[in-house]
Amino acid sequence: MYRTRFSDHLVLILGALFLCTPVVVAFMTSTHTAADIHMNGLSLSWGGHFVETYEKVLTQKGGFTGEITGARMVMNSLILGIGFALGKIVLSMMAAYAIVYFRFPMATLSFWVIFTTLLLPLEVRIMPSYQVMSDLGLLNSYTGLIVPLLASATGTFYFRQFFKSVPEELLEAARIDGAGPFKFFIDILIPISRTMIAAIFIIMFVYGWNQYLWPMLMTTDERFFTLMRGIKSILQVWVGSQIPDYNEAFALAVLAMLPPVAIVVIFQSWFIKGLTESDK
Amino acid sequence: MAAIDISSVGKIYNGGVRAVSDINLDIRDGEFIVLVGPSGCGKSTLLRMVAGLEAISEGKVKIGDRVVNEVEPADRDIAMVFQNYALYPHMSVRQNLEYGLKNRKTPKAEIDERVAEAARMLEIAQYLDRKPRALSGGQRQRVAMGRAIVRKPAVFLFDEPLSNLDAKLRVSMRGEIKRLQRRLGTTSIYVTHDQLEAMTLADRLVVLNGGKIEQVGAPLDVYHTPASTFVASFIGSPAMNLVKGEIHGDRLAIGPGLLSLAGFAPASGAVTVGLRAEDMRLVPAGDNSLPFKVEYAEELGSQRLVHGLIGDQPVTVAVSSEAELASELHLSIDPSRLHFFDAENGKRLAGKAPAATAAPVAGKIQPVA
Repeated sequence: MYRTRFSDHLVLILGALFLCTPVVVAFMTSTHTAADIHMNGLSLSWGGHFVETYEKVLTQKGGFTGEITGARMVMNSLILGIGFALGKIVLSMMAAYAIVYFRFPMATLSFWVIFTTLLLPLEVRIMPSYQVMSDLGLLNSYTGLIVPLLASATGTFYFRQFFKSVPEELLEAARIDGAGPFKFFIDILIPISRTMIAAIFIIMFVYGWNQYLWPMLMTTDERFFTLMRGIKSILQVWVGSQIPDYNEAFALAVLAMLPPVAIVVIFQSWFIKGLTESDK
Repeated sequence: MAAIDISSVGKIYNGGVRAVSDINLDIRDGEFIVLVGPSGCGKSTLLRMVAGLEAISEGKVKIGDRVVNEVEPADRDIAMVFQNYALYPHMSVRQNLEYGLKNRKTPKAEIDERVAEAARMLEIAQYLDRKPRALSGGQRQRVAMGRAIVRKPAVFLFDEPLSNLDAKLRVSMRGEIKRLQRRLGTTSIYVTHDQLEAMTLADRLVVLNGGKIEQVGAPLDVYHTPASTFVASFIGSPAMNLVKGEIHGDRLAIGPGLLSLAGFAPASGAVTVGLRAEDMRLVPAGDNSLPFKVEYAEELGSQRLVHGLIGDQPVTVAVSSEAELASELHLSIDPSRLHFFDAENGKRLAGKAPAATAAPVAGKIQPVA
């Protein structure tokens, strides 16, 4: 049997420190006052202003119109992240179902067309997308934030691969049991894909949560600001002799990290299962 | 319950590959038909055409009085048991059994009753709330059969249902399938590549080769009067020995050996001769015997299979495990137990021995003259 040696632990400890230190530093620094941070830089000690800073960040109305609070931004980010992830899952599952289970002309071609869009990230089509949303009058709306990003080649590809690994006899048994295309999809395929769904949900939620460029273009109304924009706008107020609210920026950054972390921790066993094994 | 009428059925896949051609088969109500053949012989394709999982390219399939060529599988009144069970992994055993009935809008009370009955019949009542993955292979197979039974279909279709089980379980499940089918009296079509399974289960065997029917008949008829060299070598274990021989008048020459045919000669000239391993006996050297050079022996416990050569042609002989082996033995065979096939096309040549005299059924009391 292999016995773990001190050097193994050393490697793990170094790795863990490397990953965790920035987070700890950000959290600890956020508990100091802005002036303190400006004078002393980052710190690893407890600053004692935890409650004030976080309360202020979450509840104080700020921004240009004075209507936007941290809590509001957290909510916007959640709406974007969850809507984005769920929408992508629904859309890519249906696309993959069509590609895998139905014979229609140019099915393979359709798949490859979807697949090649992987090569075209949002940034490439950002101008036309903006134009379309603007013409449809969807600027400054959740629909405009979420819908243009929903089509997902990655998701479609993952689900296609998963559906292909589902034994064909399952479909045949269901056909003999009198399940039509809708029933088969809802009664059989969705339940057996649940680990896959969980995995895609995590990836897409984090991806949506971290969106920065698209929300910045789509929203000028502060009521639709997400956390990512909020962090930036705090640091932008370096006017005259005023010190930027470093503590608030750090606090927002820490807050911004929590939901993705929570989701990964909660779903991690499913996540690993979904990406590594096909549950038959 | 229904009879099945398969007439001139063929299957051509996209791209022109012909998997099955011109199958004609009348299956009586309540009959247990086994389709048997090597892999790629079209047996599964034929079954899947009856099930409606493959489109029928040619001919007609009738279940009962209805032509089902264009009928959806769910509406054909059939149930199918798959090789890999195809249980829905996320549903409990009970939900698996109920699913087909629920889709047919069967009343809840009746569903419960049928599930309970099937569970009792198959002794899976204690597993009803488990997921399939928590069951062993044999138990999963029972559940798969239960799913077929609860539907009370007109026809059961089995697609190599026992292939994934270990040898011992296979034998006991085989018996169970047979008992169950007798009890329910449901017309059944069973596909297998295992000739032993085919022999033990079938009311009638259908031997398929290259997408065509080679022979249809009761297991013993097929065993004792195989219609071709293909059937002869496929049915029976160990496989029938097929050797080249030549008939001169009333004598048969196989390699260096000569046998008197006692009037059983069906033809003259070159033939293929079929010798069942268990029909041959060891005799002292002499006339009317075949010299047999022993190569090696396999011990089966109850008997011993001796592999060797007659002339230069390989032959396997079953002898009792007490028999003494030398490097050279002599074999003899009752001429009525010889099978003759055309040397060219492998078709059976009718000898003078009719099928009925081939093997008196053990235990049958012969009237005293």
